Amino acid sequence: MIAIARLGARTLDVLRGFGRAAWFFADLVRNVPGALRRLPLVVSQVYAIGNLSLVIILASGLAVGFVLALQMYYALVPYGATESLGLIVNLSLVRELGPVVAALLFAGRAGTSLTAEIGLMKAGEQLAAMEMMAVDPRARVLAPRFIGGVVSMPLLAALFSTIGILGAYVVAVGLIGVDAGNFWGLMQDRVDVWRDVGNGIVKSFVFGVICTAVALYQGYETQATPEGVAYATTRTVVISSLCVLGMDFVLTALMFSTP
Amino acid sequence: MSKKGIETLVGLFVLLGLAGLVFLSLKAANLASFGQRDSYVVTAKFDNIGGLKPRAPVRSAGVTVGRVKKIALDGSTYQGLVTLEIDKDVTFPRDSSAKILTSGLLGDQYVGLEPGAEEKPLAAGDVITMTQSAVVLENLISQFLFNKAADQSNEGTK
Repeated sequence: MIAIARLGARTLDVLRGFGRAAWFFADLVRNVPGALRRLPLVVSQVYAIGNLSLVIILASGLAVGFVLALQMYYALVPYGATESLGLIVNLSLVRELGPVVAALLFAGRAGTSLTAEIGLMKAGEQLAAMEMMAVDPRARVLAPRFIGGVVSMPLLAALFSTIGILGAYVVAVGLIGVDAGNFWGLMQDRVDVWRDVGNGIVKSFVFGVICTAVALYQGYETQATPEGVAYATTRTVVISSLCVLGMDFVLTALMFSTP
Repeated sequence: MSKKGIETLVGLFVLLGLAGLVFLSLKAANLASFGQRDSYVVTAKFDNIGGLKPRAPVRSAGVTVGRVKKIALDGSTYQGLVTLEIDKDVTFPRDSSAKILTSGLLGDQYVGLEPGAEEKPLAAGDVITMTQSAVVLENLISQFLFNKAADQSNEGTK
């Protein structure tokens, strides 16, 4: 009997958590238009979230492009299909790796800093102080960060794919000696702007919403102690990564299941 | 950092991101090469379209002149109805024929257009009637096996 009651309590807890997260997200979205009127706040958040993530995104994109080109070349040589190297690298970057890896890095680089920042603000009772001054912290603190994350993520993902393709070009054409005309030509022939590039951008936009909202929620709901902030930061990375990977499968199934 | 400096850096970041998007759509995809160009639409009926896919190229003498727009089944004749989008700059005689061909042994299938001799050109909405279906490997093999079996049974009766 006690076990059943405990199960019920757990279920209710989980549902309550979902409900709180959903309300938080709805509040966040409702505050977006107001935050857009305070553009300087948004701009400084785009700087903190987007500009400062550039180095890790560009470095990882370049590395992924290099490695993809080398490994795919190895796999394609037996079939004499090395000209498709560019196409394979392009499709895998634009459709999957660009949005997903960029989102995972984004959760690690920008999400954690958002959670820690909001969490420490809460621990230092800055958010409560704002409420005392009749300033809604959701409009003043959370919404600009949300917009900053949602704006930065697609741009970062596009840069990740771009630098990856350029990296693959350097390896394939420069080092291996694949014909440059074939490298670009097959890509242009087979990669569709709306279907491949467009869907990749839609994906990265969704991931931007997920990562930023999760990071802000974890920061906002953190226990106001040092351990609480540490725990919330960890949860940000774990939850955003799992959500991104799960959502990626759903989006891929929706976007690319029909030929 | 000063406010102006941050604004400039954010502007640079956004420009860089947009440049990446432009690169992806122009250099690494097909926005520039096809899709925006004017084209006209003709249809062709095939007994069997094999593995032809929408967006497969339409080629004449090996030069890409268009794309497959749509593939459907003609309900009355049970033939594959293939809608082709052909570049406006290229005109073909009305009695041109269409074939479904394969690039290389294992490559993708495409539509090959062979120009006819008539003077009137193909216009938008025309139907290409002279077509040659895709080669289906299974049919070839079964034909071959069937002939082989027929040969053997002939030898048996001799």
